[in-house]
Amino acid sequence: MCSLQKRDGVFILTLSGEGEHRFNPPLIDFILSALAHVNQNAHLASALITTNDGKFFSNGLDLQWLSEFSSSRENRSQILVFKFGQLLTALMELKLPSIAAVCGHASAGGFFLALAHDYRFMRKDRGFLYMSEVDVGIVIPPSGMSIVRSKVDSRYLTEIVLGGRKYTAPMAFKAGLVDSVHDNSAKTLEAAIDAAVKMGQKNWNKEVYLQLRLSLFSEPMEKLRLGTKEGSPLLSRL
Amino acid sequence: MCSLEKRGRVYILTLSGEGDHRFNPSTIDNIAAALKEVQDSPDAGALVTTNEGRYFSNGLDIQWISQNPDAHLSTIRIKFENLLASFMRLGVPTIAAIRGHAAAGGFILALAHDYRFMKGDRSVLYMSELDHGMKLPRSLMAVVRSKLLPAASRDVVLGAGKFSAQTALEGRIVDSVYADSAQTLEAAISEAQKLASRGWKKSIYSELRLGVFPGVVEELDAHRDPYLFPASAKL
Repeated sequence: MCSLQKRDGVFILTLSGEGEHRFNPPLIDFILSALAHVNQNAHLASALITTNDGKFFSNGLDLQWLSEFSSSRENRSQILVFKFGQLLTALMELKLPSIAAVCGHASAGGFFLALAHDYRFMRKDRGFLYMSEVDVGIVIPPSGMSIVRSKVDSRYLTEIVLGGRKYTAPMAFKAGLVDSVHDNSAKTLEAAIDAAVKMGQKNWNKEVYLQLRLSLFSEPMEKLRLGTKEGSPLLSRL
Repeated sequence: MCSLEKRGRVYILTLSGEGDHRFNPSTIDNIAAALKEVQDSPDAGALVTTNEGRYFSNGLDIQWISQNPDAHLSTIRIKFENLLASFMRLGVPTIAAIRGHAAAGGFILALAHDYRFMKGDRSVLYMSELDHGMKLPRSLMAVVRSKLLPAASRDVVLGAGKFSAQTALEGRIVDSVYADSAQTLEAAISEAQKLASRGWKKSIYSELRLGVFPGVVEELDAHRDPYLFPASAKL
């Protein structure tokens, strides 16, 4: 599932194990409680880093979970989209700066998870960022679109969202999708910890940091809150 | 204070004197009056805003505010938001010729211009709010978001980055960079003259600008969220 540790005053959330780290309600709930723990102990840390074991950061929503009990498929897709919205909201409302140390493929919901962090560091030798929805045949809800628009240079929106283009780490760096690239997983995580420690030395007021983030991303926050309040649009085709 | 000069169809507004050109009611009123003169002038074609000395502007006049914090904060945020809205509504193209440091409100004033030309050395752009423990009201955040790429706005607001001209250029926070003060102003005036020669209609230019940056003047006019000085602010 996932594990949470603290190192050098930095929280590290690892999507653990060799699988694709796809999001279903149990995994999401695990992560949500880890994030709640981080929030409660924000005064003891400088940042949260989210990273992964294995070949995948995350390949997004667990579509298999939807079809486990086909009679309630519609219901399940609503639940899954709703819970994923809760996850992105919790990240955007985190009381600490956040860094995604992407050490493997991040597609669809996995790409969104990375985008919901303040910074993205990526491993250069393996893995790509891929908004796969257009290829898989899934709609991206308004909240997701809003996150993409607020975090991605508009020059690349068409090819990312409508083109389903796969971005290797060097491409992602050039497009400003990630902030830095590193030789391997260990170095990526190290660089993220370094950056987190440096941020901690600035002694920022964390409440102010959170308010600035919420204000900077007020449009996606509004859409995320609408989504988690009124229920989310269904995943089409599923 | 500020001075206004006209060269052909180009107006040049200079934040004058050697200080750090902070905004208080009287300096804001001064600038607002200059803007009104430009807006009312039948043959005004463009505006260049620049500075003397080492600072473009360091933002709000904290000293003036601290004389009577609650009342003064309340006054100044309305006046500053109105000033920014006036820049966003101005019927002629605007270029900020940044020839010194611009921090906080000074940086935001530069962002409220259509174009930013910057002196290459000894000028830093810095959104200092996070370092000082201050929040940004949504009105000012709207200006910031409207003019910066996502990565830049993140680095500016959440990173409290200090941007030299070169890094500002790379982040597309400014449009071009020049070797020294004189060249920066010269280039801005030259570009302003080109823009003025297009003979654009004031009402059209203003409407187009508001359309390109929707929601910004609405937020500036709404005056929501106080410009807070939390007790823990380090000023």
